[in-house]
Amino acid sequence: MMSAVDFLAWVRGPMFNIALIIFIFGVIVRLLEMLLIGRKPDYSEARESAFAGGVRTIFRRFMPADTGTLQRSTTVIFAGYVFHIGFFIVLLLFVPHILLIKDTLGIQWAGLPTPIIDAATVMTLLALLVLLINRLVNPILRFLSTFQDYLIWLLVFLPVLTGYMAFHHFIQPYQLVLALHILSVELLMIVFPFTKLMHTFTLFFARWYNGAIAGRKGVKA
Amino acid sequence: MSDKTIGDSLREQGISRRGFLKFCATTASLLALPPAMIPQIAYALENTPRQSVIWLSFQECTGCTESLTRSHAPTIEGLIFDHISLDYHHTLQAAAGSAAERAREEAMKKNHGKYLLIVDGSIPTGNPGYSTIAGISNLDMLKEVAAGAAAIVAIGTCAAFGGLPKAAPNPTGAMSVSDLITDKPIINVPGCPPIPIVMTAVIAHFITFGKLPQLDNLNRPMAFYGQNIHDRCYRRPFYEKGLFANTFDDEGAKKGWCLYKLGCKGPTTYNACATTKWNDGVSFPIESGHGCLGCSEPQFWDGGSFYKPLSVPTIKVHDVMAYTAIAGAAVGLTVGGLNAMKKTNAVKQHETVTIDDLERK
Repeated sequence: MMSAVDFLAWVRGPMFNIALIIFIFGVIVRLLEMLLIGRKPDYSEARESAFAGGVRTIFRRFMPADTGTLQRSTTVIFAGYVFHIGFFIVLLLFVPHILLIKDTLGIQWAGLPTPIIDAATVMTLLALLVLLINRLVNPILRFLSTFQDYLIWLLVFLPVLTGYMAFHHFIQPYQLVLALHILSVELLMIVFPFTKLMHTFTLFFARWYNGAIAGRKGVKA
Repeated sequence: MSDKTIGDSLREQGISRRGFLKFCATTASLLALPPAMIPQIAYALENTPRQSVIWLSFQECTGCTESLTRSHAPTIEGLIFDHISLDYHHTLQAAAGSAAERAREEAMKKNHGKYLLIVDGSIPTGNPGYSTIAGISNLDMLKEVAAGAAAIVAIGTCAAFGGLPKAAPNPTGAMSVSDLITDKPIINVPGCPPIPIVMTAVIAHFITFGKLPQLDNLNRPMAFYGQNIHDRCYRRPFYEKGLFANTFDDEGAKKGWCLYKLGCKGPTTYNACATTKWNDGVSFPIESGHGCLGCSEPQFWDGGSFYKPLSVPTIKVHDVMAYTAIAGAAVGLTVGGLNAMKKTNAVKQHETVTIDDLERK
């Protein structure tokens, strides 16, 4: 049987390579494929700037569109925000993560003390649990949910959970729990290009297109 | 085993009763035993005939022996070590050649089934000629001596896990003791080198209780390898605060901040350095300003750079990333091109239909 040390060496070496290749290749192919489709030329006279409309919509959509939406989907919006913000704090401001980014991309920034990261991790986990329960309890959401929705929930939940467990040494030896954490991230990287996780990138294009079309027509979208 | 007890030897060396009991108390606390065990340790050490020990050195650098003999002389643990009956140790013994081998054979015969076998260094399983003693291959000697041993202590990372000789590409086919011997109790005391007192404490435990102490999943004594360096490190608060040394001579390094960014392997290393320390309790590597190398863990030599943080991949990713991005762009552009061709063809083949056309049919 593979020892914890071998397991850690594997996820830090060959397995990381595999995940990285699938992730980069998949993301680039899918983005190019989508973007190269382009849009039909619009021959009408522009009323206002499409560019300004596109940029405006990218940012405006970060806010709930109206009070009606906010009232109908309070849980999804609030828990969704807590999850996304918490996830990015943990991902981008924990020092060992920054060191990984520095090693791969060559850029770095300052990190946060671990108690703050720890609190953000707990908030992220709780928000994810709330979102899952909401998905199961709300009949409409449950009806609309596919296998992929649950799979992605699990694959996002696991890196946060194993990261928390690694930091607090819930499993001994530490090599094992660290390796599980890295492996869970690699699984996420592998499925990323082929699932709705691509919204990380596509949300900007989608908003841009919507905003630009509306902006050209002079609609305050 | 000689008839003289350890107690006798210590008295001859001028060690007081108080000093002896102090050693017993230290040993008990190091092994995380309750205070009620102290008299038991004292009784056992006082009355047990000196334990016969055969020490075999294979593919090693003598660093482990150096570590033990240079424990601040004359500490009581050093004397205890002197006063086991070290019947064979080809670096330390006076005898040489066939006389030395005879000493080993005699000890094996006289104490069959009772002697303690200590091994340092890994065992080559490739060409037996890579390492021999008196013309006997390491593997043959290990098997022969292990057969009559009560227990085996694998001293140092080479004996415990293969160590440096086993590092890729492992030219000698080096293996650890536990890779080769499976029918004897084996205790691993890894480290490059291991801490002297860990060794004496293990022997004291063996003499007192007649068995090995509690071991972890890698057969290391829990009392010493139960916690990792990171958890016991005095620089840990700096890690939590996010204060790190970025180079070996920056402000952070001078202020004694955490060495994680400089590649410290403390989080994945289980050893007692941070508590027992080295050189008679003076300091340990991190205290001297260098990150932990993880020397008491398997494959520490092949586990990525000593100077790269634990959270980064052990492989060089930049070439892989560049080639993958180029391949991705090529495939993406091709697919995009094919899609565009399909669209152009569709537009070309599009036939306009008028109301008249439809009415005619």
